[in-house]
Amino acid sequence: MSTKPGKNFFLLLLHRLGSPPWFYQFAGRLIPWLWGLFIVLALTGLYFGLIASPQDYQQGESVRIMYIHVPAAWMSMMIYGVMAATGFIALVWRIRIMEILAMSSAPVGAAFTLAALISGSLWGRPTWGTYWVWDARLTSELVLLFLYVGVMALYRAFDEPRKAARAACLLALVGLINLPIIHFSVKWWNTLHQGSSINLTGSSIHPSMLWPLLIMTVATKLYYAANVLTRARVVLLEQDVRKAWVRDAVGTQTKSLDVGGAGQ
Amino acid sequence: MLAVSQITLERHFQPVFAPVNFALARGALLVVTGANGCGKTTLIRLLAGILTPTSGSVHSTARGLAYIGHALALKDDLSVLENTLFVRDFHGLGNDSVAELIARAGLQRVAHQAARTLSAGQRKRCALIRLMAIPAELWLLDEPYSNLDDEGIALLDELLVEHLARAGSCVLASHGRHRPSTGNCREVRLISGVTGT
Amino acid sequence: MTRAFLALLRRDLLLAFRRRTELLLPVMFALVVVSLFPLGIGPDPALLGRIAPGVIWIAGLLATVISLENLFRSDFEDGTMEQYVISGHPLTLIALAKTLAHWLVAGLPLVLMSPLLSIWMNLPTSSMGVMMVSLALATPILSFIGAIGAALTVSLHRGGQLLSLLVFPLYVPVLIVATGGIMAAADGLPYSAFMGLLLAGLIASITLAPFATAAALKISLS
Repeated sequence: MSTKPGKNFFLLLLHRLGSPPWFYQFAGRLIPWLWGLFIVLALTGLYFGLIASPQDYQQGESVRIMYIHVPAAWMSMMIYGVMAATGFIALVWRIRIMEILAMSSAPVGAAFTLAALISGSLWGRPTWGTYWVWDARLTSELVLLFLYVGVMALYRAFDEPRKAARAACLLALVGLINLPIIHFSVKWWNTLHQGSSINLTGSSIHPSMLWPLLIMTVATKLYYAANVLTRARVVLLEQDVRKAWVRDAVGTQTKSLDVGGAGQ
Repeated sequence: MLAVSQITLERHFQPVFAPVNFALARGALLVVTGANGCGKTTLIRLLAGILTPTSGSVHSTARGLAYIGHALALKDDLSVLENTLFVRDFHGLGNDSVAELIARAGLQRVAHQAARTLSAGQRKRCALIRLMAIPAELWLLDEPYSNLDDEGIALLDELLVEHLARAGSCVLASHGRHRPSTGNCREVRLISGVTGT
Repeated sequence: MTRAFLALLRRDLLLAFRRRTELLLPVMFALVVVSLFPLGIGPDPALLGRIAPGVIWIAGLLATVISLENLFRSDFEDGTMEQYVISGHPLTLIALAKTLAHWLVAGLPLVLMSPLLSIWMNLPTSSMGVMMVSLALATPILSFIGAIGAALTVSLHRGGQLLSLLVFPLYVPVLIVATGGIMAAADGLPYSAFMGLLLAGLIASITLAPFATAAALKISLS
């Protein structure tokens, strides 16, 4: 019976999350902590990664890009999963907050994917001599970027915001189901076409490299959370600009926020 | 047969019309009126299940549903006969044969012509064949009198009277210029969510 | 319900044949695209033979995407789509019927045209059969997955370009497996694993994609 109060709390939280004013306040209180913690961890991780940790005996200093590339790649995939999960909830239960969270996650996920691609490309330059190699990971990340861009483009193509969100969430779900298939087929493609697979990550990771990597991983998650909650709050304000709770929350300057309305 | 409770739909986060409530008994006709753009089409589509309401509910115990919207669901490349055959095969036939239905709609002379070549009145009459062909207890008609010629208006009035007599029900959106002349007819006026009229 | 399914299939095929010239457009498009490669790269038979699987397959992808745009458009615009929802028949079955009709009209001709394309690109004769089989197994996958994209974009004014962007990433695995199989056959290596994967993909997409397509159609109608 000890699970009952825990379960009730969780359900209450989920119900509260669906209420725009409550979400707005709750996220507002959470965001400064997330940013603060992110800055602390990011500085720590970057210090240890870029300055204090040893070089790789093969790749030299350029291995330091790993501390950005690997967490960015992990985040690009995790965010897609979150986007698809919130999208699923939004589609099935028609909860507006979930639609907003899903659509706000897309640009952040795309940015991480781009960061992974650029850092991967820079990493490859000293090792392989070119700015781009069609290795399995980079190619997968590229296709992932196209998936993100597709979701964002579909969302912006519709006039009605809730219809747009539902369509984009469905696309995100379809993409999620295809993602493992794409990932494995690209991995296979890589081995099919070159004898030994080109691999950016190289040999296994030494423990002194592991800690900064883990710190950066947590830091990027905090960045994502802070970013997506901030975006979601802004979108909520825009969507509810005529409602009473917005006036209470932001004061009387709602007229200037009313960009898309009839403008009374 | 149909119970509608506090139904609303939001577009761009604004309600299209003020919440609507009504109950429709068997054999009754409900006419939905309102200014242009106040959401009559939206309400009909909500009742048809094409749209999902933002809040409120629709409860229907009707067996079978027939809907005629602004778009007539006619294939331009197919003839009147081919269109009707498809409606029969896809939706399930009522009692009459296809030739009789086409004759009743007054289209027997153009039955083999492509729908593209018909006049607006003829096209609307072809769309009305749907009402004869599909066994449906509830009819949802969006501006059914628009574009109809005199023949068509008479046909629609006849069909409505027969349908209501068979204990069927109908919700009809209208600008108000034509009104079917039946007894059990109520009116609901929609109030636009944007202009308030 | 079967009666409705067959009626829909029959009507869609009838409509396609009423506009016979439009039927040929995807195939002509594929022919033109393939013929551009020798013009752009040079007629060296060995080079063409090496890139043939990829070129023919990419032309097929492009042709399919072009034909997908019209899959639901006319039904959406003339009000037939709403009647599908009213009818009480499961929208999934309707999506299945329409996509099947689409493949018969747009995908099957590509399969039948492939020997000509193979000869143009100097594909080794040993792999021409595999090319045909791969197209036969995988063009339905393209139709079924593409139908989801077509359903999502049908209510957009210029949905066609967006449709290609949405659907190409989803096509990547099919492209990889199909061309991998043909290249293996050309090298005399076993290719049955590739064909098996395509078959699995075919079964998966026929059974799963219509659900997503139906959901997308409902969203587009709202």
